[in-house]
Amino acid sequence: MPVKILAAGSRVTAFLDGEIDHHSASDIRREIDDAVRKYKPSTLKLDYSDVTFMDSSGVGLVMGRFRTLSAFGGKLIVSNLSAGEYKIMRLAGIEKIAKITLKEDKRK
Amino acid sequence: MKAENEFRLSFDSKSVNEGFSRAVVAAFAAQLDPTIEEITDIKTAVSEAVTNCIVHAYRDTVGRIYISAALTGDNTLRINVRDRGCGIEDVKKAMEPLYTTLGSERAGLGFAVMESFTDKLRVRSVPGKGTSVTLYKKISGREQG
Repeated sequence: MPVKILAAGSRVTAFLDGEIDHHSASDIRREIDDAVRKYKPSTLKLDYSDVTFMDSSGVGLVMGRFRTLSAFGGKLIVSNLSAGEYKIMRLAGIEKIAKITLKEDKRK
Repeated sequence: MKAENEFRLSFDSKSVNEGFSRAVVAAFAAQLDPTIEEITDIKTAVSEAVTNCIVHAYRDTVGRIYISAALTGDNTLRINVRDRGCGIEDVKKAMEPLYTTLGSERAGLGFAVMESFTDKLRVRSVPGKGTSVTLYKKISGREQG
C-alpha cells in the first residue's frame, strides 16, 4: 500500500510511500479519507518523507483532503517535502490552507 | 534544430503507464549525464503531459499516446507528447494555473508545472483532432555543475 495510517489521540498521520501520480493517488485518497471519517481528527498530517516522486497529483491530494477535513474543522499539516515537492506545493498556494515544511537533511 | 539522437514510443492511455512513460524519457536523458534534480524535473513535466492525455484528451475512452524525445546539439532535450483526443478549445485558459475542468481532486497545475520545470513549452491543439505538447529542457549536467 502506498500509504500507512497512524492514529494517535486526536491526530491522524498518513505516511505516504513511493510515487504519487494520478494513477496512485486514488488509492491513497481512499485510505486517508476512510481514516479521517473514522477518527475525525483535529489534526491530519501528511508525511512525505518516503515519497520518491510527485507530480501535481500530490497537490490535488492535499487540496482534496483539506475539503474532507474541513467538514470536521480539522487542521492540515504537510511535512517533510523535498525541494521539488515544496516548489509544486507553492505553485498552488498550498501554504494558505496547510502548514507545509521541508524535509530535514537526515545525513547531517 | 536537427536531432542527434531520437526515440519514439506509443502506448495506451491507461494510468498505469504514467510511471513507465516518465521513466523511459528519464532513462533516455541519462546519456546527457543530468543531475538528480534535472532528472526529477524531466519526470515531473512528462508525468503532467501524459496525465493530461489520460484525464482530458481520452477522458471517456482509451486511445494512443505518442512520445518522442530528441537530443539536439546544444545539450537540450526536446520531448513531444501527443494525442489524437478531444483537443483543447481554449489553450490560453487551460494553461492558467489552478484552472481545471475536473473537480476537487485535480489541482489545475499541469501546464504550470510543465512551464516551471522546463525551459520552454509549446502547445498546439485542434479541437476534435488532438493536442501536441513540446517541452525543451537544457541539461547542464553533472560535469559542468
